[in-house]
Amino acid sequence: MNTVIFRTIAPLIVAIMLMFSVYVCLRGHNEPGGGFIGGLIAASALAIWGMATGVETARKALRVDPLALAGAGVFAAALSGLASVFTGSPFMTSIWLYLDLGETSVPLSTPMIFDIGVYFVVLGTITSIALALQSGEES
Amino acid sequence: MPLVQRFSAPFSGWLLALVPAAIFVFLLQFIGPVAGGQTVATAIDWVPAYGLKLSFLIDGLSLTFALTISGVGALIVLYAPAYLKGHPHLGRFMGFMLAFMGAMLGLVLADSMLALFAFWELTSVTSFLLIGFDHSRQAARRAAIQALVITNIGGMALLVGAILVRQLTGSWEISALGSPAGEPLYGLVLACFLAAAFTKSAQVPFHFWLPNAMEAPTPVSAFLHSATMVQAGVYLLARLSPALGGTAARSTILLVFGGATLIWEALGALRQTDLKQMLAQTTIASLGLLVMLIGLGSETAIAAVIVYFVAHAFYKAALFMVVGAIDHEAGTRDITALGGLADRMPLTFIGAALAALSMFGLPFTLGFFAKEEIYAGLSDGPRQDIFALSVLVAGNALLGAVGLLVAIKPFLGAEVTTPKAAHEAPIAMLAGPLVLGVAGVVAAVMTDWFGTSVLEPGATAIMGEPVTSHLTLMINPASIALWLSVLTRGLAVLVYQQAATIRTLLRRASSVLWTADRVFDAVMFGLIRFAGAVTRTLHHGRLELYLVTVFAMLALALFVPLLALGGIDALLPISDLGDWSARLVWPDLQPYEWAVALLAVVGLGAVLVARNRLVAIVSLGIQGTAVALIFLLFGAPDLAFTQFMVEVLSVVIPALVMTRLRLDERDHRPFEDLARDGTLALVCGAGVSLALMVVLSGTLDTRLSDFFTATSVPIAHGANIVNVIPVDYRGFDTLGEISVVMGAGIAILALLQRKKAMPDKPAQARKAAS
Repeated sequence: MNTVIFRTIAPLIVAIMLMFSVYVCLRGHNEPGGGFIGGLIAASALAIWGMATGVETARKALRVDPLALAGAGVFAAALSGLASVFTGSPFMTSIWLYLDLGETSVPLSTPMIFDIGVYFVVLGTITSIALALQSGEES
Repeated sequence: MPLVQRFSAPFSGWLLALVPAAIFVFLLQFIGPVAGGQTVATAIDWVPAYGLKLSFLIDGLSLTFALTISGVGALIVLYAPAYLKGHPHLGRFMGFMLAFMGAMLGLVLADSMLALFAFWELTSVTSFLLIGFDHSRQAARRAAIQALVITNIGGMALLVGAILVRQLTGSWEISALGSPAGEPLYGLVLACFLAAAFTKSAQVPFHFWLPNAMEAPTPVSAFLHSATMVQAGVYLLARLSPALGGTAARSTILLVFGGATLIWEALGALRQTDLKQMLAQTTIASLGLLVMLIGLGSETAIAAVIVYFVAHAFYKAALFMVVGAIDHEAGTRDITALGGLADRMPLTFIGAALAALSMFGLPFTLGFFAKEEIYAGLSDGPRQDIFALSVLVAGNALLGAVGLLVAIKPFLGAEVTTPKAAHEAPIAMLAGPLVLGVAGVVAAVMTDWFGTSVLEPGATAIMGEPVTSHLTLMINPASIALWLSVLTRGLAVLVYQQAATIRTLLRRASSVLWTADRVFDAVMFGLIRFAGAVTRTLHHGRLELYLVTVFAMLALALFVPLLALGGIDALLPISDLGDWSARLVWPDLQPYEWAVALLAVVGLGAVLVARNRLVAIVSLGIQGTAVALIFLLFGAPDLAFTQFMVEVLSVVIPALVMTRLRLDERDHRPFEDLARDGTLALVCGAGVSLALMVVLSGTLDTRLSDFFTATSVPIAHGANIVNVIPVDYRGFDTLGEISVVMGAGIAILALLQRKKAMPDKPAQARKAAS
């Protein structure tokens, strides 16, 4: 599996997949996509990275434990729901904020943060499982 | 609490005692209004959607209990740090104690049945923590679990009873409770509440947990297991008297069980040589006495309940603290190894003597009134109570004797060498017994005040109708009650003198009898064995059998509803179709659609014919990809997208797992297994197809999808409904789901790590797994 071709192409594929995953995650509210599918794409990218360069290199490149990413995701999702407390509405009432940047308007919202949280949970969980399985394969 | 403890170590008792003392002072202001016939009620909305309120009520009964709890509590909180001086977990201990006190106050002040239940369970939990405080000892752990199990059985009964009463009378509030007497379910309601009260207040046959609970440090025994928590059962019976009372069944049961408890445990107390165990068993006997009095239910009997409760809380808590002080200073609490301590611990002796005289029932103590009222309650009742009368006289005599034994024996007589050279206890440990002993006398001397401010409102609350006090310090030689009291005391002195002989006799008799505790052990052990057997049956560690079970259940879940709803024919009326063969037309599909369908079939065929496991997994991926393409072609891009990714990962991950499992490359299942698995697969497939066809044949309820389509953009600011639903409309569900995803990830990692920790010992790993 660990051929020269694969190792050469892998960084390119991984970079494109990661960028694409962010794009898919962010556009989810209006077009096909979302945090779950984005997270799956990113997790696949990291799995490929692990296969191509070895688990230890992949872990170093990530800098944080993937499971910590998952935890941060759950935390962010829960926090995004708490934001509505300050407006006096029930838990998880969404809040929208439209940022005007000259020509275009960027919608920011608590559901977006929530979706990003979902992205990280899926990314973190699947990556940590995949990397753990791969490290077993090497030994 | 531990923080307060750390920063104020030498004074923590004095500082923390301010909390209960402040509550006590706060509650004092209610004595006047409550004596004047008022009740104070307050409520907080709890679950407004269900009309549940956290309601509280202060009337004579709850005020008497609350004052006792906070007053005795203050003295105990003062006492405990001195008793446990230098213990590393003292801060934790004090935290538990105050938590218990809060729960107990909530219990007696609660007016809502559900709040009562919640506080009831909280007292059980804090009691569990306190009994098991010294958790490094096996006996303490066992006692804690036993107390928790027994009192929680009662807690469950209480909940059932509360719900039943709510269904019958339509109210959660105890003060608004109608009487369910006469209803067909009355027996069940009564049984539930009696079970709750009997387990909490350690009545026969649930009496055995309380002596074991003496494993707790002495302050706990003094507070929880004599003055307050175990009285919760008595409180419940008293509180529900107006609603449940007046039936022959109730009074008979209470009289029989209370009487049995009284005699059995009073004898049990005489059997003991450990001072603390003696007190524990007299506590159970006193609880039995209170239960009997509630069972009698006459006006004087109820008045006696209030007086006896207060008197008992005072002298029993004081005696426990005295025993703790003796244990602390002399190093033993074995009655046969103690004597002549009066010179060395004079103040402790005064406290002990005052408490014991009240227990013995001498005039000018609250105990005297208690006894007078008990006998008065019987002599003005019907004469059939002769049985109850003799039980009470005998029980009181035995209890009085134990009181004398505990308070007199260690202090008087020849001095005995004790393990530690005894000297006076510190002031914090003396305050409790002295204050409570003096309070017992003061309350008795202020007869009229006690009668109108404590007794009358308390008894009125239990009876549900006004009660007048006739307490007096005057001795009336014409009353039967007086002569019964004299008889009781005479018997008590007699028993006291013969204590050693009686103890030997009882010990000989009880060596064959004492078994309720062992029954509990047998039941618990059986439960654990049963759980082990069930686990071994279900959790056998053979993966393929797990999968078979899961899919067999899936098949059942698919077919049982189909058949239960009238069979396939009722849902998909094939007969209505007429000539169904004419309906079977060649589907009109585009060539590329045919290609995708063909791809799925080829993938499936490859799975079936593949000899190599890895090839089979990849082939399954082909089939999944074809399904994703179908989603894409028929207008579900989101679904298709996700399906693609899931297919990729579900090829990669099983392939990685395969390499770790070190399986054979090929599948060597015997033919029977293949047949079983194949049949299951076909049945499940047919079930899913049928279920889908049934769903599609009906008319779809489009209310939800209409709602989402209409509101997605205006209120949720998103055009992609498939995504807006999980992150916005149903965000809370999703939050739960992602937590589960992460939890599953952690579990899988834990399994992988464990395997890594012992890679070459599969036998051991298998053993640990089963």
